[in-house]
Amino acid sequence: MTRDITLGQYFPGSSPIHRLDPRAKLLLTIAFIVYIFVANNFWSLGFLTVVTFCLMAVSGVPVKMYFKSMKGILFIVLFTSVLNLFYGSGPVLVQIGFMQITANGIQNAIFIAVRIVSLILFSSILTFTTSPTELTDAMERLMSPLKSLHVKVHEIAMMMTIALRFVPTLLEETDKIMAAQKARGADMESGGLMQRIKSLIPVLIPLFVSSFRRAYELAMAMECRCYHGGEGRTKMKVLHMVALDYIALLFGAAVLAVVILLNIFLPTVI
Amino acid sequence: MEFIKAEDVHFTYDEPNEEHPDAPVHEVLKGIDLSIGRGEFVALLGHNGSGKSTMAKMFNSMLTPTSGKVLVDGMDTADESKTYDIRRQVGMVQQNPDNQLVASIVEEDVAFGPENLGIEPKEIRRRVDEALKAVDMYEYRTHAPYKLSGGQKQRVAIAGILAMETACIVLDEPTAMLDPRGRAEVMDTIRMLNHDKGITIILITHYMDEAVQAGRVIVMDSGRILTQGTPEEVFSQVDLLKTHKLDVPQATELAFRLSNAGCKFPRCVLTIDECVDALVPMLSGKGDSA
Repeated sequence: MTRDITLGQYFPGSSPIHRLDPRAKLLLTIAFIVYIFVANNFWSLGFLTVVTFCLMAVSGVPVKMYFKSMKGILFIVLFTSVLNLFYGSGPVLVQIGFMQITANGIQNAIFIAVRIVSLILFSSILTFTTSPTELTDAMERLMSPLKSLHVKVHEIAMMMTIALRFVPTLLEETDKIMAAQKARGADMESGGLMQRIKSLIPVLIPLFVSSFRRAYELAMAMECRCYHGGEGRTKMKVLHMVALDYIALLFGAAVLAVVILLNIFLPTVI
Repeated sequence: MEFIKAEDVHFTYDEPNEEHPDAPVHEVLKGIDLSIGRGEFVALLGHNGSGKSTMAKMFNSMLTPTSGKVLVDGMDTADESKTYDIRRQVGMVQQNPDNQLVASIVEEDVAFGPENLGIEPKEIRRRVDEALKAVDMYEYRTHAPYKLSGGQKQRVAIAGILAMETACIVLDEPTAMLDPRGRAEVMDTIRMLNHDKGITIILITHYMDEAVQAGRVIVMDSGRILTQGTPEEVFSQVDLLKTHKLDVPQATELAFRLSNAGCKFPRCVLTIDECVDALVPMLSGKGDSA
C-alpha cells in the first residue's frame, strides 16, 4: 500500500529542468497551478496539458514514475468527476432515479479530471527534478523577507527538510509494524470503516513511540555536528539565477498570455 | 601527545534530591581516569550498563561530569563557551544509521556539518567529495539514504563527521545494527581512517573481535575501568574477563581451553590467523611439542 506513494522522491539528472534554480521552479509551479484554475475552456486547459507533457518529456524522468504518482490520487479524480457528472444543466441524456446526466455534466466531469491530472503531473515535475534540500532551500530564500516579521524561516525550512527525509523511513516502518501485527493475528482488511480505523491503532501507537525516539536521536546527532540554528550557517550549493532561469520565467509569462488569449477568444465551457 | 583526559569522572542521570540530600544516587560512572593520545585507536569495551556509552558522550560535551573533569585538547567540556570548539575536534557516530542522517541526498547530508561550521561553499564541496571518496561512497553521492544498505548508511554518517575534519571520531557501537558484511565494511573504514589519516578513534563496542583491531583496549564494568592495555595484555586475562561476564575473542577462547587441557601456546592469540599459525606447527610436529 505505502509503496505507491512517490511524495518527496527525487530522480537525479542533468536535464535543463534539473539545472533550473529551485526558486524559479517553485515560482513557476505555483504560477502554473494558478493558470490551471484560470483556464476556463478546453482550448486553454488543453494547451496547459500539452505544455505539461512537453516539460515531462524534457525532465527525462521515466514516464512510469509519473503514472505511479497518479495512482494514489486516482480515487479523488474519479470521485470528483463522477460528482460533477450529475451537476450539469441542459437537456437530460440519462435519468437514474432523481439524478440526471447531461451533456454539460459529461463535459464538466472530463474538464475537472483533466484539471486535477495536470495539476498533479505538474507538481510531480517539481518534486521529481528538485532534491528536497534544494526545495526547502528555495522556500527559505523566497520567504526570507518574512524574517523581519519574526517568522522563523530557517526553522520552518529545516523542519520541512527533516520531514521529507523521514517520509520513506516512516513508510517503511509502517509496513514493518503492520506485518508484525498481522503476524500476531491482527485483522486489518475486514470489517466496516470504523472497524478498520480501530484496527490501525496498534500500528499507529508503536509508530508514534518510535518517531519520538528517532527525533531524540536525530536531535543529538545534529548537535554533535555543531547545528545551532540558521545563524552563521553556510550552504554547499549557493543559489544563482542565470540566463536559463530568466528564460524559464519569461516562458511562464508567455504561457499565461496564451492562456488568457485562448480564454477570451474561444468559447467558454464552465 | 595527550589529546583527551578524564580525571576522576563521576556521573549520574538522577536529579539531585532536594528533600533527602543524602539519599543514595545511582552512579553510572564511578571515578574514571583515562587519557587518550593523538592518533590512537582505542576500543572501549563493556557489556550493557557498564557506562561505556555514557562515557562516550563525555568526550564531545554531550554530557558533562557530575564531578570530575574531562579535557579535550586542554578545553574543559563543562565550559559552555567551548562546546562548539570541542565538537569541531571530536565528532560522534551513533548506533542507528537511520536516525543520524539529516538530508535526503547523500552529499547534502555530508555537507550538513561543514555548513553548520560556516565554511566557504567551495571548501565544503572539496571536503564533501574528499570525505565520500575516503569512505568509498563517492559514486552514491546523489542517492537517497533510505535506498542504501545499513553499512553504506553508516559510512555516509562517518563521512559526515570526516567532512568536519575533526581530529577524533567517537563511534558508539557503530556496527550493532548491521549485518556481518556491513560490519566488515565499517571496521575497514575505521581502521583506514586511523592508519592513513591519523585520526584518533574511540570505538565503543561489545564485539570482542572488533576490539582486537584497536591499539589499546579499555574494559569498563559497572562504571569503573576494569583493566586496560594492548589487546594481548587485556585478552590474556581470560579469568578476570570471565568473572565479569565478558567474552574473549573466539580464537582466544579456543587457545585458553586448549592450554587448560595441557597444550602450550607460545603467546596469547587474538585472531583466527594467529590461532592457525600457533596450531599448525603443534599439530604437524606433534612429537616435539608434547
